[in-house]
Amino acid sequence: MNEPAASAAIRFDRVDLKRGARTILREASLEVRRGDVTAVLGPSGAGKSTLLYAITGELAPASGTLEVLGERMPRRSGRELFALRRKMGVLLQGNGLLTDLSVAENIGLPLRVHTDLPAPVRDELVRMKLAAVGLAEAGHLMPQELSGGMARRVALARALVLDPPLMLYDEPLTGLDPIACGVILALIRGLNDSLGLTSVVITHHVRETLEIADHVIVVANHGIVFDGTPEQLVQSDEPLLRQFLDGQPDGPIAFDYRREGRAA
Amino acid sequence: MMALLSSLGQIGLFALRILRSLHLPRGQLRDIIRQCYAVGARSLPIVAVGGLFVGLVISLQGYRALEVIGAGSALGTAIGIPLYRELGPVLAAILFCGRAGSSMAAELGLMRATEQITALSMMAIDPVGKVVAPRFVAGVISLPLLTAVFCAFAIFGGYLQAVWVLGVDSGFFWSSLRSSVDLVEDFGQAFTKAAYFGVACSLIATHVGYHAEPTIEGTSVATTRAVVHGSLMVLFLDFILSAILY
Repeated sequence: MNEPAASAAIRFDRVDLKRGARTILREASLEVRRGDVTAVLGPSGAGKSTLLYAITGELAPASGTLEVLGERMPRRSGRELFALRRKMGVLLQGNGLLTDLSVAENIGLPLRVHTDLPAPVRDELVRMKLAAVGLAEAGHLMPQELSGGMARRVALARALVLDPPLMLYDEPLTGLDPIACGVILALIRGLNDSLGLTSVVITHHVRETLEIADHVIVVANHGIVFDGTPEQLVQSDEPLLRQFLDGQPDGPIAFDYRREGRAA
Repeated sequence: MMALLSSLGQIGLFALRILRSLHLPRGQLRDIIRQCYAVGARSLPIVAVGGLFVGLVISLQGYRALEVIGAGSALGTAIGIPLYRELGPVLAAILFCGRAGSSMAAELGLMRATEQITALSMMAIDPVGKVVAPRFVAGVISLPLLTAVFCAFAIFGGYLQAVWVLGVDSGFFWSSLRSSVDLVEDFGQAFTKAAYFGVACSLIATHVGYHAEPTIEGTSVATTRAVVHGSLMVLFLDFILSAILY
């Protein structure tokens, strides 16, 4: 945690994130170290995905400083933003596989658009990425023919195909059975270590994610309420963190919905 | 009024964005050909059947009217002129809006709802260039060709009704048709209208689909708008073009 900022893949310094007039995150400061698997946890609606949108440049910070891979966000033009996004792999919650393309065509799409590699080389790279996620023989299938776990692995292979140094996972375990969850978590950790990536896993699956994370950030109540190791999080006595970790229905995060601005 | 101007401005900017995103290498040509099949070739049956029935009914009604003044043998003229000048391009475009425009809007709306468009953007691929431009170009190419098919089947339907049912002489039918329909004046202008309608229908369908709310209801609204706004725009443009061209 005390290493210099140069080793940070992502750095938030007193960043405010807003959607319209609504503040989602206030004065958020955090660092994601290069080479780590960082878990961003928090209850639904806490602003985890908003954090992801800020990192990918979809949402500009209202104030503060945000740097991704050493580049200041937001980028000055769409061209600059796309140049930075080529260095990021993003696994979306809904996978986002193009339904009119086969599995192999989906994975080969970024190669076709962003590189001048000849078709046989592209095909070989696609085959290697499919093999890396355990789907070497699934290249001919259409997305509609895949199970939820397989579709997530295909989306993971596609996100990795340009060998990005930074991987962002948005709720990678949602909707998966325990076996598929285990497969995806093993892939996230294994690929991070074998390819030397930096990974950010945004999720509310606490127990499973803590097993593979080096670093944990918890988002709640419009801010960062925890920043430390998984062990420190598990041992924390902070009531809000305990409510979240133990799944208590009521506590600092109220059971009853209250409109913004009204007293509890 | 301001809302209407704002919508027109947004559609104009969207059209510019589509044109700027046209880079035929890197697979876009393949996407356009694929969409020509989806948008054009798969609309052929409905356009052909629609044209056939329109031809049958114009022939029937035209013959009844002409027979009153003893000019039943000029039925070819009564079919050819309205078909190429108005009915062919307009009806083919309205059928196109119903079949292909709704399909384009629904596909793009669903792509938005299932994060396919977001995924493209995250891969640093311009979604407009990848999924919108091929559909737009395919629509612009397909509608004039579909109009030709519509008119051909309408004439065939008119011929069947006139010669086989009403007993009009085949030679009179063809000669009146050929003498009244001019290649540039009628045939050419039918294609000019069809090209304009192709731009309008495809632009509206892709615009409403691409900007649909990412929900099931949003997709449904976009599909309806593609058909209703597209059809009304065809009728409006037809009036403007008829006033200019004839």
